[in-house]
Amino acid sequence: MVNECVVNAGHSTGDYVTINIGPSHPAMHGTLRVIAQTDGETVVKADPEIGYLHRGVEKLGEHLTYHQFIPITDRLNYCSAIANNVSYEMAVEKLMGLEVPEKAQLIRVIMTELARIADHQVLVGILGVDLGAFTPFFYLIIQREEIYEIFEWYNGARLTNTFGRIGGVEADLPDDFDARWRELRPNLFKAIDETDKLLTHNRIWMDRTIGVTAFSPEDALAWGFTGPCLRACGVKRDLRKDEPYGLYDRFTFDVPIGKNGDVFDRYMIRMKEMEESIKIIDQAYAMYQEMAPDAPLMAKVPKVIKPPVGEVYHATEAPNGELGFFIKSDGSDKPYRIKIRPPCYMVYQAFPELVKGEMIADLIACLSSLNVIAGELDR
Amino acid sequence: MTMDLLKGVSNCLGPLVVASGEFRGDVTVEVPKARIAEVLARLRDDPNLAYDFLVDLFGVDNLDLYEKAAKPKKKTEGEGDAAEEPKPAGPPPPRFEVIYLLLSLSTNRRLHVKVRVPEDDLSVPSVTGLWKAATWPEREVYDMFGIRFPGHPDLRRLLMWDEFPAHPLRKDYPLEGRGEERILRYE
Repeated sequence: MVNECVVNAGHSTGDYVTINIGPSHPAMHGTLRVIAQTDGETVVKADPEIGYLHRGVEKLGEHLTYHQFIPITDRLNYCSAIANNVSYEMAVEKLMGLEVPEKAQLIRVIMTELARIADHQVLVGILGVDLGAFTPFFYLIIQREEIYEIFEWYNGARLTNTFGRIGGVEADLPDDFDARWRELRPNLFKAIDETDKLLTHNRIWMDRTIGVTAFSPEDALAWGFTGPCLRACGVKRDLRKDEPYGLYDRFTFDVPIGKNGDVFDRYMIRMKEMEESIKIIDQAYAMYQEMAPDAPLMAKVPKVIKPPVGEVYHATEAPNGELGFFIKSDGSDKPYRIKIRPPCYMVYQAFPELVKGEMIADLIACLSSLNVIAGELDR
Repeated sequence: MTMDLLKGVSNCLGPLVVASGEFRGDVTVEVPKARIAEVLARLRDDPNLAYDFLVDLFGVDNLDLYEKAAKPKKKTEGEGDAAEEPKPAGPPPPRFEVIYLLLSLSTNRRLHVKVRVPEDDLSVPSVTGLWKAATWPEREVYDMFGIRFPGHPDLRRLLMWDEFPAHPLRKDYPLEGRGEERILRYE
């Protein structure tokens, strides 16, 4: 069926070559597969095939209690598990009508922004690797490792953190967070700066990224883009600013936007967002230090979570864009239906449109810059 | 604020609104399924509402929901007003739902639009003509629930493989599957 649709590409002269990329291919992140039809080196038609990492997360959610589902959310976007955990917990809290203590919210902000930095570091590093620039990867990954050290030492896990609980967080920040953050902060800036020096004004980098797979803001909105990919097209939309949740209305930070929506803009947005995230962590940590040491970390939550009958949708700004959880409760201790709205799902469905008429090497660059994570794409 | 919103929506849609409700600030309106494309186009083009962004669309299977709700009478009701699930007086409501999540980029307001899909007529008009963003979500609903979307340009399975014989997110499909991976042979 797939092949049939690829072959019927319309204006075919019969000289096209069909290339299968993936699902197991070093340049396809995770288990993605694209069937591309090429005319020489130009992509005529690309058909992404997804579902190779489908684990039935939504079905699983209907058979687990509300707390048991938190570790499952780790496995969505595994580059920034904490952002998923917090997003899910906030959706359940909205369903229950819980008010989370301020100190817990500050810890969530600090951890989520650290996760955002880690996610963006991976993206920029891998984008470089895919385009033949290997060195920035090391500069960034070393610092990401330091962020993971903080996570590990907060709750014992590096990648799949299972951070927080419904109604708050499980533990206070450890005592030496201050020393660790002081050490990490300048190194993060240094890594961003070094990457910037190596890539941004590099002739080869510019040639490979500027104007590649550019997208107009109208198209991006019609396709449901959110997050950095939408902002790269010049639309200033960030849920942290537009629909502030948690404590985000108290921080001052900028929302960087691009112009052309090409690979270069998507890269630049990430670079600038990392610095904005550091700004947010600084402010959140300063507010945290003013809190009383014995301030509560959990709201009053019953032992067994049984939300009232109803359905809610709650969205947060994950590193990739709008991550939303729709939860329908029938009054029992398990959700009746959980729908996850992964940000890269909407972005990736526009992939055929994005790469049409581009070179096959740019297809890889485009895929890399969209930050498609198979875990949240296939669920 | 939610009252304003409901008023604006009912002004725009008039008698097309079958039911409406509000829970924790999320406003849901139910409309007849045959006219969903018209409803969404009206909501999008209305200058006051301007729901110009389709966040997501997905299906819900309410197979055992009504039986469950009818049984425990003595249980204390939650505080939710549960406007979307009134006690079935006559025949039970249709089994499936498709929910559209809309967002207005200018006012940052959200709206859930719901259509009910009976088991004997599993089709909902496609909205891919309004938003291209509906392409994959409609394919996924077809894949997971078996609901067809007439007007969709390319309605294939999305996550499961093409020969998969069931619709796994239906409530009567077991969590552990039916052993399809052992029955089917790969070429």
